[in-house]
Amino acid sequence: MGLPCIHCGEDCGRNPVMWNDKPFCCHGCKTVYQILNQSEMKQYYEIEKMPGIRVETHDVGDKYAFLDLEEVKEKLLDFSDSGRGKVTFFVPGIHCASCIWLLENLNTLHPGIIHSSVNFPKKENYITFKEDEISLRQIAELLASIHYVPEITLDSLDKDKRGKNDKTLLLKIGITGFVLMNVMFYNIPEYLPGGEFLGENFIGFFGWMSLIVSIPVVVYCSNDYFLSAIKSMKHKIISIDLPIAIGITTLFLQSAYDVISGTGIGYLDSLAGLVFFLLIGKWYQGKTYQALSFERDYKSYFPIAVTKIENNKENVILLEKLEAGDHILVRNMELIPADSVLINGDGNIDYSFVTGESLPVLKHKGESVFAGGRQVGSAIELEINKDIEQSYLTQLWNQDSTSDKSDSRLNDLVNNVSQYFTVIILSIAAAAGIFWLFNDPSVALFAFTSVLIVACPCALALTVPFSFGSTMRQFGRKGFYLKKTEVIEKLHQVTTIVFDKTGTITHSKAMKIEFVGEDLDEEMILMIKSLVRHSTHPLSAALFQNLEGENYYEVENFIEIPAMGISGNVNGIKMNVGSRKFVTGKDDKNESLKTEVYVYYKDRILGLFQMENRYREGLPEVIENLKKTNDLHLITGDNESEKANLEKLFGMDTVLRFNQSPTDKLEYIQELRKQGKSVLMIGDGLNDAGALNESDVGITIADDIYHFSPACDAILESKRFKDLDKFIKFTNTSLNIVKVSFLISFLYNIFGIYFAVTGLLTPVFAAILMPISSISVVAFATFNVSFFSTKTFKN
Amino acid sequence: MSVIFLLVIIGVVVAGLFLAAFIWSVKSGQYEDSYSPSVRILFDDHKKTDHSESKSTETEKTTKE
Repeated sequence: MGLPCIHCGEDCGRNPVMWNDKPFCCHGCKTVYQILNQSEMKQYYEIEKMPGIRVETHDVGDKYAFLDLEEVKEKLLDFSDSGRGKVTFFVPGIHCASCIWLLENLNTLHPGIIHSSVNFPKKENYITFKEDEISLRQIAELLASIHYVPEITLDSLDKDKRGKNDKTLLLKIGITGFVLMNVMFYNIPEYLPGGEFLGENFIGFFGWMSLIVSIPVVVYCSNDYFLSAIKSMKHKIISIDLPIAIGITTLFLQSAYDVISGTGIGYLDSLAGLVFFLLIGKWYQGKTYQALSFERDYKSYFPIAVTKIENNKENVILLEKLEAGDHILVRNMELIPADSVLINGDGNIDYSFVTGESLPVLKHKGESVFAGGRQVGSAIELEINKDIEQSYLTQLWNQDSTSDKSDSRLNDLVNNVSQYFTVIILSIAAAAGIFWLFNDPSVALFAFTSVLIVACPCALALTVPFSFGSTMRQFGRKGFYLKKTEVIEKLHQVTTIVFDKTGTITHSKAMKIEFVGEDLDEEMILMIKSLVRHSTHPLSAALFQNLEGENYYEVENFIEIPAMGISGNVNGIKMNVGSRKFVTGKDDKNESLKTEVYVYYKDRILGLFQMENRYREGLPEVIENLKKTNDLHLITGDNESEKANLEKLFGMDTVLRFNQSPTDKLEYIQELRKQGKSVLMIGDGLNDAGALNESDVGITIADDIYHFSPACDAILESKRFKDLDKFIKFTNTSLNIVKVSFLISFLYNIFGIYFAVTGLLTPVFAAILMPISSISVVAFATFNVSFFSTKTFKN
Repeated sequence: MSVIFLLVIIGVVVAGLFLAAFIWSVKSGQYEDSYSPSVRILFDDHKKTDHSESKSTETEKTTKE
């Protein structure tokens, strides 16, 4: 263990980069420290310890050149007037108080910035700046230079108006709260003994006041329930909102009748209380992860602009302006935006996100390359031969729109229950009304409305928001983020689980490495490590991570030949590391199916490294536990090299499919669903995007949850993979809690209905019973969820 | 007892003012981010820092380099 980096806290290794007697893990971190130090912004390091972010690539280059384009500026700027611009950047790196401090003091780093503020949960940075002093591009580069790399995607150009809905909900809660407090205040004389001695004119006055202030609750705050009740009626479905709407209406009409006729003060306190609780439930359930995106499509994966080559000149153009026949330049680590032909340079293309294949593919001049690949190595020139919309990858995404995954089925538990519930309540109300019609007609209407009032399924409607809402929060705390609470119920219904391999059940980066050949001594290992240190190839990176030793040797005459290998003089000794062809000169097929890296030392071939994928921790246990209740399947884009290992892991009865294209995966899920199975798909990359969308529940495994992940229902942090079975099992528990809560609220209802049918329901009784039932159910649900979740996840 | 009428009216008006304040606070976006204001208030005004000596020694070292 070396010292922790002052900037980012990462281990600096044996040879830290030193500056001012302070250790840094890399030059990038040191540079940020220097920038901040010069600007007297060292407080950054005092608010939190080691708050910085490590960024692997430091060279920004022309990455943000597209921000100079007028069209982009126009779309990106929130506001621009008389030389002042305002812009919103999504900065996934925001994670602590120091980040807020630094980003809000950006004006110290550049005087052109007038004001900067941070929205922490959304991880957004709002910047107001003088347009003649600093350009949009310079702001982005400034942020990148202090390692707060802004993420600007095609998607973010189409601004959506999220969060607006949240605001109206808060407003509704506020208004209803106001009404509730006032109406309760007016009703206090009714609650207390001796209230009836209050003068007649007071009761009338209080009644009218309650009626007037309650009007906004009925016409504005509860309009969602009416709208949704009407909507589901049109589809001939009885949803939970129907009895709620009936309850609200009867409460209001009965109260209005009481007040206008001067017979009483009505049930308006119960009405306001009911709506208040319902809205709180909605708010609790609706609190989602604002910085996470579950809806990303290919647009947010692609760059906004590309470098077009025209008459030997490089021009940055918007991606949407790209046409077939254009020539473009793709630099190291840049994405290929559309299917095209390589016309210049050596392509070394990493398709890992598209196909799941973990190693880059070598492409020569004249060969086709496909959209979604990433060039690793020197810049290449391409000729686009298909429009972006027609590229293979884009088409795969567009296929998704055909499979409608909306919740139109409405077959969830609450709505199932409420169908019977509504019918039963209506019949009881009618029966009570008819009974009294023959015995005492003056009570008949009152008995009828009383039943509807007291049976209003407030507690019933709150059960699910609170049980599932707190389940979702518990999951979130454990690294499993759900798009919305409905996913819990769907997850519970799952019968079939389909896994992707690369990146899902295996680590996307780390590999298991074995050396076959001569025994390597420490010295040799260190020499190999020193050599691979200079290469960015994924296999070099994997070797570097896995080999021991920290005192590196100098490497001279280092050469990297794409798709072949690297060579150089270490300690004056010639070494080659690379493919079989590169090191041995033999051009025959690799038979072991494992990935091999050969080593040449001085005058002989030392041997080879065999590299295998490493499975995620806890995988055997997860599989074993999930197997008990589900069918397991595995589909992968890789070859069969791991077949034996996988069979050992999954057992012989699991369906394993290799060499599956993204479309194959999608079709496989479709087929499973056609057989009536409820399918959970677990994947990680673009290659799984179609399948994730097609399945009943799609879970994405992500190392960095704020980074790009395909559209899905839930995101699981990769380090929590070992708890996957527990998460799925826990949905059982939450559903049971819901069921018990239902039972409790039914008991309250039966109790209340008894009073209602006998015509004894008084406003006080309703005002006490209804909040108590709601609060107790809410408390029961939330308490149990947190209790059982601590029990389930304690180890 | 008729003072109750007056009090109730005043009560509604006062509560109404608070409601108006709440509506304003929601509309002005105060509920959008409940975390950063809580840390923002703790930040010192960094311009006139008390680290001025350590800073000057740092800059000295920089110039030496």
